[in-house]
Amino acid sequence: MSEAYFPVGPGLGPEENFLSLDDILMSQEKLPGRAESALPRLAFALGQGAGADSGDSIPEGSKLEIPLWLAKGLHDSKRRIISMELPKIYKEAWRTVFSADANVVDLHKMGPYYYGFGSQLLNFDNPENPEIAQTILQNAYNEDTSALVARLDELERALFRAGQKGLNDFQCWEKGQASQITASSLVQNYGKRKFTDMDG
Amino acid sequence: MAGERAAGLVRELHRAAGGHLPPFRAEGLRQALEEMRALYERNQADVSEAKSGRTDLIFLIRFRHCCLLRNQRCVVAYLYDRLLRIRALRWEYGSILPNAIQFHMSAEEVEWFNRYKKSLATYMRSVGGEEGLDLTQDIKPPKSLYIEVRCLKDYGEFEIDDGTTVLLKKNSQHFLPRWKCEQLIRQGVLEHVLL
Repeated sequence: MSEAYFPVGPGLGPEENFLSLDDILMSQEKLPGRAESALPRLAFALGQGAGADSGDSIPEGSKLEIPLWLAKGLHDSKRRIISMELPKIYKEAWRTVFSADANVVDLHKMGPYYYGFGSQLLNFDNPENPEIAQTILQNAYNEDTSALVARLDELERALFRAGQKGLNDFQCWEKGQASQITASSLVQNYGKRKFTDMDG
Repeated sequence: MAGERAAGLVRELHRAAGGHLPPFRAEGLRQALEEMRALYERNQADVSEAKSGRTDLIFLIRFRHCCLLRNQRCVVAYLYDRLLRIRALRWEYGSILPNAIQFHMSAEEVEWFNRYKKSLATYMRSVGGEEGLDLTQDIKPPKSLYIEVRCLKDYGEFEIDDGTTVLLKKNSQHFLPRWKCEQLIRQGVLEHVLL
C-alpha cells in the first residue's frame, strides 16, 4: 500500500463521510421499500415494469427497490412518500445465523458492505433497530478472521488488513528493517503496470 | 438510473488500489455534469409551477434534488480523492513526475501539483533554520550517514557533493551518502543493502 496516500475513510455508525469513496459505494446498495402514495413513474426509471406509458404512476403500496442514497433522501419521518423495509439478511432469522461462526456465512456474497449498510439502516425508524445494532456490534468485534478473506465484507477486510499490516511492520522492525530505505510501493506498481502495457 | 455515471467514476477510482492514479475521465465527468444541468433546469421549471398550485410535482422535484446532490457528492469525492493521490506522488516520487503519470492528470491537476510543490518547498525552507529542512528525507530513522547501495537499473552518471561522479550500472554496489540516495532508492533505481 502506498505510504503517503491517506484516503477519506468510511464514517462511523449511522453517519457517512461525504468524501469517502467507501461510503459512496456502500450507499449504492439497494434496499426494498414500499410506495406510501402514488408516485409518478417517470422518476423511477429503474426497470420496474418496462413498457409502462409515461405519465403513468406507480400505485400506492407497490414494492420498490431503491439505492440507499435515494432512500435516505426521500425518507420523511412523517412517512408520506416511501417506507423502507429491512432487507432479508438483517431480519430475525438471518441474525441468528450470523451469530454462529464466522466461517459459516459468506458475508461478501450477501452484500459487500454488510456492516456499513446495516449501520445506515438505523437511520430509518424501525422497531427492530436495537437488535440490529447489537448483532452488528457483536460480529464486527469478532476478530475471528477466517482464512478466506474473500468471505468477509469490506469492514472486516479493512480490519484484517490493518491487523496484517501491524504484524508485518512489527516483523520488519524485529529484523532491523525499519531503518532500511525501501522503494516506494507506489513506484513499484507503476513500473509493473508499464510493463504490462507494453506487452498488450 | 440517475447518478450512475458519477458512481461509475467513483467505482473505477476505488478499484485502483494502493494509491495508483488512473487516467482522468474527462468525458465521464462531463456527462455527469451534463446530467446535473438537465436535472437542475427541469427542477427550475417545475418549482415555479409547483408554487402556483401543482403540488403533485413536489415529489418529482424532491427526487431530482436527491439526484443532484448525489451527483455532486460523487463528483466532488472523485476529484478530491485524485488530489490526495497526486499529493502522495510528491512525497513518494519527488518533485518531477514521470511522463506516464503526468499523462493521467488533467491540466488543472498538473497546475495543482505545481502549486503544492511550491507550497511544500516554501514551508520546508521556513522550517529548521537557514537552509531549511527537507521533510521528504529520512522517512525512516537513519542509522548512519553513509549507506551501502546496489544499483538495480542502469541509471548513468551520478554526481555527489565533493564533485566525484559515480557510474550507476546494474548490479554495481556503492557506498554513498544517505541523503543523495534516498530519492533514487524510493524510485526503485537503487536498493539499500543492509550489512
